[in-house]
Amino acid sequence: MPGSEGADPMSTSSTPDPPPSSLQPSDSSAPPSAGEVVLRVRGVSKRFAGLVANDGIDLSLRRGEVLSLLGENGAGKTTLMNILFGHYVPDSGTIEAFGTPLAHGSPAAALEAGIGMVHQHFTLGTNLSVLDNVVLGTEPLWRLRQDRRGARRKLARLADEFGLAVDADARVGALSVGEQQRVEILKALYRDVRILILDEPTAVLTPQETERLFATLRHMIEQGLSVIFISHKLAEVLAVADRIVVLRQGAVVGEYGRAAADRETLAAAMVGREVPAPKRQRLAPGPVALALADVAAAPPGAVAIRDVDLAIRAHEILGIAGVSGNGQRTLADLLGGLMQPDAGEIRLFGEHVGPLEPARLTALGVGRIPEDRHAVGIVGDMDLPDNLILESYREPRFQRYGWLRRRAVAGHVRRLIGRFDVRGGEGTLARSLSGGNIQKLILARVLSREPRLIIAAQPTRGLDVGAAAYVHEQLFEARARGAAILLISEDLEELLSVADRIAVMYRGRLSPGWPVEELDMTELGLMMSGHSHSTETEAGNAL
Amino acid sequence: MRFEPRERIPHWLRLLAPLLAIAAALAICSVLVLWAGAGVGEAYRALIKGAVGSRFALSETLTRATPLIFTGLAAAVAFRAKLWNIGGEGQLYAGALAVTWVGTGAVALPSPAMVPLLFASAALAGGLLLFVPTLLKTHLRVDEVVTTLLLNFVMLLFVDYLLFGPWKDPMALGWPQAAPIVEQGVLPVIVPKTRLHAGLVFAVAAALGIWLVMRFTRWGFEIRAVGLGVGAARFAGIPLNATVIRTALLSGGLAACAGVTEVCGTKGYLTADISPGFGYTGIAVAMLAGLHPLGVVAAALFIAGIYNGADSMSRAMSISSYLADVITATTLLLVLVSGLVVQFRIRRG
Repeated sequence: MPGSEGADPMSTSSTPDPPPSSLQPSDSSAPPSAGEVVLRVRGVSKRFAGLVANDGIDLSLRRGEVLSLLGENGAGKTTLMNILFGHYVPDSGTIEAFGTPLAHGSPAAALEAGIGMVHQHFTLGTNLSVLDNVVLGTEPLWRLRQDRRGARRKLARLADEFGLAVDADARVGALSVGEQQRVEILKALYRDVRILILDEPTAVLTPQETERLFATLRHMIEQGLSVIFISHKLAEVLAVADRIVVLRQGAVVGEYGRAAADRETLAAAMVGREVPAPKRQRLAPGPVALALADVAAAPPGAVAIRDVDLAIRAHEILGIAGVSGNGQRTLADLLGGLMQPDAGEIRLFGEHVGPLEPARLTALGVGRIPEDRHAVGIVGDMDLPDNLILESYREPRFQRYGWLRRRAVAGHVRRLIGRFDVRGGEGTLARSLSGGNIQKLILARVLSREPRLIIAAQPTRGLDVGAAAYVHEQLFEARARGAAILLISEDLEELLSVADRIAVMYRGRLSPGWPVEELDMTELGLMMSGHSHSTETEAGNAL
Repeated sequence: MRFEPRERIPHWLRLLAPLLAIAAALAICSVLVLWAGAGVGEAYRALIKGAVGSRFALSETLTRATPLIFTGLAAAVAFRAKLWNIGGEGQLYAGALAVTWVGTGAVALPSPAMVPLLFASAALAGGLLLFVPTLLKTHLRVDEVVTTLLLNFVMLLFVDYLLFGPWKDPMALGWPQAAPIVEQGVLPVIVPKTRLHAGLVFAVAAALGIWLVMRFTRWGFEIRAVGLGVGAARFAGIPLNATVIRTALLSGGLAACAGVTEVCGTKGYLTADISPGFGYTGIAVAMLAGLHPLGVVAAALFIAGIYNGADSMSRAMSISSYLADVITATTLLLVLVSGLVVQFRIRRG
């Protein structure tokens, strides 16, 4: 990946080089322009109710290459792929696969032509076995007997060939996310696809699983398959792609060979402007805002946490890292007031407070940004104003004798929409906003109350570069104002560039918080799989 | 063909969709009219005439719509909060029992105090009847569909017991009916020489009141938020249980008011057949109205009109009056389908 080192606009001084060397393609025998063109897209356009999702897109994919489609959320990547795979019919344009035109609007035709797709959200029957999932849909309905043995043999051969080890008889629901993704890929390979489309495949993976996926992709192109890799993560695109096509507002705005691309150019092409790197300031920590001592919680149906100790001070961002499912959600729910601890002590702003309940926390000056912004952050079928007063409608400024003061609410809403730049009319239903705007709405609701403690769970997950930068900016602003921030994230790059200290959650336990200067990607990766920090013994005073 | 959600729903579409659904339902049901051997035009003319064709027909439709407005509001309010109150019928009878208990001589106040007292005592009884299943729902996660539905039968049998036993009016020549409501408690007739009584005024006022509450008050805000997004409401600190219980008291109270209009208005005394299923029809009314309190008034008028009209059509054309049920059911189905058209835009490709 020449050219990308040292020219990294997204990272601050403290960020290590994000892609570990093992992420770089080992295979240099396939120069970007090697094979013949297997897929050609010409002038594809698609409009949705006034929105141009795809605008005259031209694209070609060659045999034995990974073509990366890079773009922010809403840039039209997924629409284009849904057109390729036959979920949508384009308004105009043609698609050719292996020299023959592809019928529009038919996933069956796409599969027939050798195009397979792995969706961002898996399409697996969780109660079926791996083999059942792979075979499902490939056999004629009228045949009574299945050729299980043949299917098993083929699956084993494919798994072996592409390094996709998975137990054919395991129930899919019992598999890890990484394994489920392998099943999805096997499903496509089983149908003898020659072109595989992966839509945001790394969104749910750990760094280690991501590396494994990349190894699989390399296997595939060695075998002469072609891959379209859709992503908005620059580091991954640079690590895996042979060619990179950048989409913005539905149009192709740039095409780069791997050698010619670096993060700076790609980020600028993607966003359409320079993205300012979050400027971390050194601030002297203030008094402790939140302190947990030996806290344990074991909610039914969720990951239990125990022996959790932590302390966050004013002017400080404490990052919580960890592979998803290690108890971060339980911690967030606990601090969000959705459950009570079974044991331990919680002090808020130096005082014992009674049961943690949402309304009380809000009143005490705790701002909470939930992980699931669609189902928990907003009421999708209520409009913008209603969503903006969801936490404060009880206050005298918005209601008197039980009657809502519509005029006061309207003024408040107008101010917030202006200040936080929420794009959407006042009567718009919240669910019709884009992900970034939904997060802005939530930030507006939470931060306008000037909370002294902020619990932010995955605040940038699924957001594009611009929106994520906006979230960080707002968190920094709150920190400068004196807020203490707990930032739970699975994005290590984000934590390393935003947090002052990072603690790692592993199997329900929380490590001490290490100053970010003492950490790097590899170190965090190790801690996330249960190893202690290498300097833990000598740096016991780091707390 | 694909469906795309609309960002905003235009008002004209919201109003037009149910009208189109009604027209389509009548078109579909004309097949049944033909099958019954009558002329479609003639039959529907008889239906409309029977519903609104004369002063008497109109007054009967309005009289019938009165309890339906109350039970429709009861269902609309509860469904808004995703509280599936199927017990409108039982709550109606609870209200009827309460007014009979209070209004047959136990208390005698001047009319302007007596009528509100009767409404209040009925609302209390209906609210309490829904309060119990709601507590079971909020605290023990017992499905309220089952409990509220079953309580309907409990209430009906209880009414039967009272009417054949302790509450039987000795002056009623052996008929199973309770003593009449005292004069001050009777809802006065508002159009002379018809059965139309002041209950209609109360019903329309209630619809207006509920609309104001749902739209402009903190309680209404809470009910809407809990119904539309319980996860987000909980996270934001909206008191879930309190909201659901408040909704239950309101909903049960409204359904009970239908018992007041029937006992104190239409009939004058309690019998076991004051309601031909107003509680259940109220659910259809609420769905037809899209759970909108003002829409409930229109939907109640429509359904009352169809039932009244079908009665006179059946007399005039000798078609079974069950056609009214078919028309109502078909309309309801089509309105639900039209809801899809309202919320989504249909596109080719």
